[in-house]
Amino acid sequence: MKKGIMRPGHIQLRVLDMEEALKHYRDLLGLIEVETDEQGRVYLKGWTEVDKFSVVLREADEPGMDFVAYKCVSEAVVDQLHQELLEFGCQVEEIPADELNGCGRRIRFDSPTGHFFEIFASKEQTGKWGVSNTNPEAWPRGLTGMKATRFDHCLLYGPNIAGTLDLFQKVLGFDLAEQVVDDKDTRIAQFLTVGMKAHDVAFIEHPEPGKLHHVSFFLDTWNDVLRAADLISMNDVSLDIGPTRHGLTHGKTIYFFDPSGNRSEVFSGGDYHYSDHPPVTWSADKLGKAIFYHDRVLNERFLTVLT
Amino acid sequence: MTEAVNQTNTVKQHFRIRVINRDQEYSCEAGKSLLTGMESDYEHCINIGCRGGGCGVCKIRILEGMYQQKRMSKAHIKEQDIEQGFALACRIFPSGDMVIESDHQQAPAGTQQQSEKDVKNN
Repeated sequence: MKKGIMRPGHIQLRVLDMEEALKHYRDLLGLIEVETDEQGRVYLKGWTEVDKFSVVLREADEPGMDFVAYKCVSEAVVDQLHQELLEFGCQVEEIPADELNGCGRRIRFDSPTGHFFEIFASKEQTGKWGVSNTNPEAWPRGLTGMKATRFDHCLLYGPNIAGTLDLFQKVLGFDLAEQVVDDKDTRIAQFLTVGMKAHDVAFIEHPEPGKLHHVSFFLDTWNDVLRAADLISMNDVSLDIGPTRHGLTHGKTIYFFDPSGNRSEVFSGGDYHYSDHPPVTWSADKLGKAIFYHDRVLNERFLTVLT
Repeated sequence: MTEAVNQTNTVKQHFRIRVINRDQEYSCEAGKSLLTGMESDYEHCINIGCRGGGCGVCKIRILEGMYQQKRMSKAHIKEQDIEQGFALACRIFPSGDMVIESDHQQAPAGTQQQSEKDVKNN
């Protein structure tokens, strides 16, 4: 049941070297660089995103994800969910408005898989980049690299994904859109959505808490994915796998690494989900096909390389 | 004549990298990391992960040689690791011949990560 969360809002990533990271996120992925704050964090967004920013990069000596945030329809929803998070047993922290420039107050909480999440309702809206909101052109001139349109989702690894599913379904109102189940009926992967997208966040069972598998950005077409692959080769970027198609969600995809080892994905297409749809299930014995629909073979690096 | 001189000038320096635990060696072009140099030489004696200092898959121990290094994730290389010569091959840039030992990544408890499998898949 929907609880008033609309969509992914922003993700804060740790990088080892900001200058190198910007070559990846701004110049290669084609995100728009918005601003740098007093702490030296750099804010970016995909050109179609209306809110001021969706990606925040922070220089640190260990790459990975600090937190990912979801935007709610109102401040009243934030208050209501704040209470429910406390009742669920989460460690909850209130982050004051403008701790991230242009963003209202946020509620940060932990989860059984060891990741930190946030909810918020207010963020400055600067509009889509380079196009007007009145009689808009199809796309703006001056985009670079892969021309990523938006931050779409992230895949997180950690223990007790069943506990995190409980949190996301019962408290936050996400739906289970797709899952991988082993022969003992244990769920080893779960893809959750809060709207119509195939996934807004996904989890894979893993013993180490709080790990990041990838951050994903949306492209319009399969041809855009192939063009992204060309750019990866032209720039000698660390490739993981692709271009290919997933069985899970059926998205067309390529995976590669940022200069600090955080995995990026750009993808197009994929299935859609309505709240009344039962979850789509892949069995663990078909995991190869579920992950890489064409190769149908698991790639060890894809499953185990994390930040 | 001029052409020949230019050619000599553009020949890149290479360093000999011995990976003693695998009983293998390869030639690493100056300016490349130990890992990229290995991939460019079509050798497989260090496991390949993110190639960005983040995942720890290419953890090695440096036994001999001079090098420069870039920042590595402290999740995989801690202060005491550095003193003992541990490093991530993707962040080490040789400035001379080197002797190293690969396969130092410790898979987290509960996972079935096997270095042999990594080699096969890369």
